[in-house]
Amino acid sequence: MSATGKIQGVNGNMLTVEFDDAVGQNEVGYAWIGDVGLMCEVVRVRGKYVDMQVFEDTTGLQVGGKVEFSGNLLDVELGPGLLGQVFDGLRNPLHRVAEKCGFFLKRGTYVEALPRDSEWAFTPVVKKGDEVSAGIALGTVPEGIFAHKIMVPFGIKGPCSVEEIAEAGKYTVEKKIAQLKDERGVVHEVTMVQNWPVKIPISCHKERLKPTEPLVTKVRIIDTFFPVARGGTYCIPGPFGAGKTVLQQITSRHADVDVVVVAACGERAGEVVETIREFPELVDPRTGRSLMERTVIICNTSSMPVAAREASVYTAVTLAEYYRQMGLSVLLLADSTSRWAQALREASGRLEEIPGEEAFPAYLESVVASFYERGGVLTLPDGSTGSITIGGTVSPAGGNFDEPVTQSTLKVVGAFHGLSRSRSDARRYPAIDPLESWSRYPSVVDSNDVAMAREILKKGNDVAQMMKVVGEEGTPIEDFVTYMKAEYVDSTYLQQDAYDKVDGASPAERQKHVFGALARILATPLTFENKEDGRRFFHRLTHLTKDWNRLEMDSADFGKLQGEIEDIVSNPTSVSG
Amino acid sequence: MRRVYHRIENISGNVINLRAEDVTYRELAEVTSRRGMSLAQVIRLKGDEVSLQVFAGSRGVATDAQVRFLGHTMRVPFSDSLLGRIFTGGSVPRDKGPVLSDNLIEIGGPPVNPVKRIIPSKMVRTGIPMIDVFNTLVESQKLPIFAAAGEPYNQLLARIALQAEVDIIILGGMGLKYDDYLYFRDTLDEQGALARTVMFVHTAADPVVECLLVPDISLAVAENFALAGKRVLVLLTDMTSFADALKEIAITMEQIPSNRGYPGDLYSQLASRYEKAVDFDTAGSISILAATTMPGDDVTHPVPDNTGYITEGQFYLRDGHIEPFGSLSRLKQQVNGKTRDDHRTIMNTMIQLFAAYRESLEKLAMGFRMSPWDEKLLKYGKRFEHEMMDLSVNIPLEQALDLGWAILADCFEPMETGIHSSLIDKFWPKAAGVETNP
Repeated sequence: MSATGKIQGVNGNMLTVEFDDAVGQNEVGYAWIGDVGLMCEVVRVRGKYVDMQVFEDTTGLQVGGKVEFSGNLLDVELGPGLLGQVFDGLRNPLHRVAEKCGFFLKRGTYVEALPRDSEWAFTPVVKKGDEVSAGIALGTVPEGIFAHKIMVPFGIKGPCSVEEIAEAGKYTVEKKIAQLKDERGVVHEVTMVQNWPVKIPISCHKERLKPTEPLVTKVRIIDTFFPVARGGTYCIPGPFGAGKTVLQQITSRHADVDVVVVAACGERAGEVVETIREFPELVDPRTGRSLMERTVIICNTSSMPVAAREASVYTAVTLAEYYRQMGLSVLLLADSTSRWAQALREASGRLEEIPGEEAFPAYLESVVASFYERGGVLTLPDGSTGSITIGGTVSPAGGNFDEPVTQSTLKVVGAFHGLSRSRSDARRYPAIDPLESWSRYPSVVDSNDVAMAREILKKGNDVAQMMKVVGEEGTPIEDFVTYMKAEYVDSTYLQQDAYDKVDGASPAERQKHVFGALARILATPLTFENKEDGRRFFHRLTHLTKDWNRLEMDSADFGKLQGEIEDIVSNPTSVSG
Repeated sequence: MRRVYHRIENISGNVINLRAEDVTYRELAEVTSRRGMSLAQVIRLKGDEVSLQVFAGSRGVATDAQVRFLGHTMRVPFSDSLLGRIFTGGSVPRDKGPVLSDNLIEIGGPPVNPVKRIIPSKMVRTGIPMIDVFNTLVESQKLPIFAAAGEPYNQLLARIALQAEVDIIILGGMGLKYDDYLYFRDTLDEQGALARTVMFVHTAADPVVECLLVPDISLAVAENFALAGKRVLVLLTDMTSFADALKEIAITMEQIPSNRGYPGDLYSQLASRYEKAVDFDTAGSISILAATTMPGDDVTHPVPDNTGYITEGQFYLRDGHIEPFGSLSRLKQQVNGKTRDDHRTIMNTMIQLFAAYRESLEKLAMGFRMSPWDEKLLKYGKRFEHEMMDLSVNIPLEQALDLGWAILADCFEPMETGIHSSLIDKFWPKAAGVETNP
């Protein structure tokens, strides 16, 4: 029998509750208004009182109102049928909520994440008498493009023997498919669905590996200059309007992974709507199926309750961990982690905790760190590997990266894609700053070439600054050529037209080829009679290279145009003459 | 039976405290003292201690004032008879019309389920080239106008309201100067738009708590009209006053401020209002235009900064015109491909050339030599400023696009604009250099 309590205070979404029996930290309870129970979570225990954060609007609660504790932590249902769905932060499936409640999200409405009536074709992979442990597959069901593993519940400790296993056939998620007996003789009945508390990492792996394999996003400036590794972490801070969300959307389309979990956390609903409405229509080039089939969206947009925003990030990472456990490569995109940090700040303020910098709680750093640490590459009990790559956007106040959320994120991620206002104002998309960003992961192209290109970009920028003061007249021609080379790399390689079919998605092979060619051009010493000749040459070169970017790599024209480009580089006077 | 309380224990700022039982969170109460009656809302419960925020302010409220709890939250009457009416932030008539009390609806209702939204697809025509051509407004968009104090943002709002093809206009005024309120009322009246307008106006002289109610009331009414299939345009001016009112209450309640005194939940507070903008699947829509004054003309100030993260773009109003750089309609791509073949090209080309003009201006100011190309740009820039950017220009989109071609043809050779030759053939004026007067 779980504890019950009585409300003693209401302040925003924070309740003070007097309780009778034992309650646990982070235990979930329900505060009742009439026949509506609002989900809430224990965030602090003080003597006979607990402070509880309500995941919904608290209007109408009153002192003396009843609270029931559930005995469980905030958890999420894991099982077949998650892919392709849209959940809110508390993993209510929004399509089915809409069927029930219409246009608006009615508070106190909780719907099971997995439909209870769909049947799944189960194929066992173990037999009676086999020894298994947590996270080991008992069987599979086909879900979308791959075999979804039905695993031994992650909470079971020690080895178990399989006492019963269902025959191949169609079952609903709640039907018992196996019976296991652990070392102490306790019998566990297993269905296709299991629950797992979102704030606790699933850990049923052998070991954790170093992320080294590049995860190709098909965005040139990322894969070549500031790469992301499979199982790595990266962050995208940027002021508003710099294109954080667009970059995330592009990545969610093109990234070379099995499953994408999108956590739309405290951002515009309109952006999620684009994903929800467009993804089912878009074809995943890897599989030929709709993109939605590999995507799960956790959407707690800015007008939805703030406390659930915090939960949404954990829900997303838990779903990612579940699919990683099947040996899949998962990409988790969180947009934006700043809104999550703000949710922590609001809660901390209501608890009257002593504030840290900009009123963020002192534990912000450790919370951010432990979230990103849930990513990684693992070897699983069956010898396969699975990975979670985490990419989080950060929305720093005033676009200033010296604020607590950006800084605590930078400490724990492996790559930093800083978006710059000046690049987005100049319509240079993606607006990742090539001078400030960094990555600790290996590039898809030759690292010496990258170093050379970065050197030219840096020098070109210095010359550009200089030129603003002394004018073009006062700039030596050698410096001017360096500047033009930097501009050339920028406009033909760093910038990418997301709306062009070919240019918008550049696979690793193509990047290797094109960047190799580009590096040879950059390494070629070029001299010109005067600046006007140089400018004309680079305009011509840029024009040709941009056209080249828009040609399919296997087309005949691709090789032809490359020849043309190489010709003019070997004979620059042909253009200027 | 609701009980009446007579003993107020604390009065601080606009918040009063008393001991009471059976009070629900956010419920309303009537506080009657010698100065008259005011509504108040429960903002904190702690044991039997109740904190109330008094809408009319606590000035003159005595410790023996009578407090009667009403058992419901803030509500506003909703019906077609709202049209043409003017109310205060507390929804009391400001005109001489009757008090409405039928069909009360709750304000600050639940958020829209994201899966019931649709991708916006309809252009809102305003007759202002800087909007229609360069940053097209889209139905269900939420867009602020960032302006320093003294810029004519209210005039701009009024113009858009009058010219936009919408069914209903709702004006939410916060901290409005009385003159500005009269300006809105008279302008809408003269143009015959008052009959499709509802106004909720809090003037600078009114109690600050009422300011907080204005967006919620305006948007609750808008939402109900939209559900009835209407296309609603909500004008909110000035959202910085709203944020300042939030700040005032937060500090009275001893909340820890996060940035320049604003509460940590400023983003969520603003977002929950702006996110009411919606295009409903199978019903009407709400678009929101909001003036946000930037203290010190600083866009990194917490109010414009947080707003920029929430809204779908922004218009910068500077020196009396909409600034082409920085202004952005994030939704314009949804509609400007469907208007006329040359729309996107004119939009991009004219802005790129205008950027080049600004560079030439800088060069001129630094004393560098002007090339023939610079001279062309200077001529172009002047015409662009006078004939496109000036806010008095009032022409439909198609005419504005034609004007764009005329200006380009007057200043440049077709080659110099970088426009694709198929469009040059189709649209480049044959007799170049002809003046067109709008």
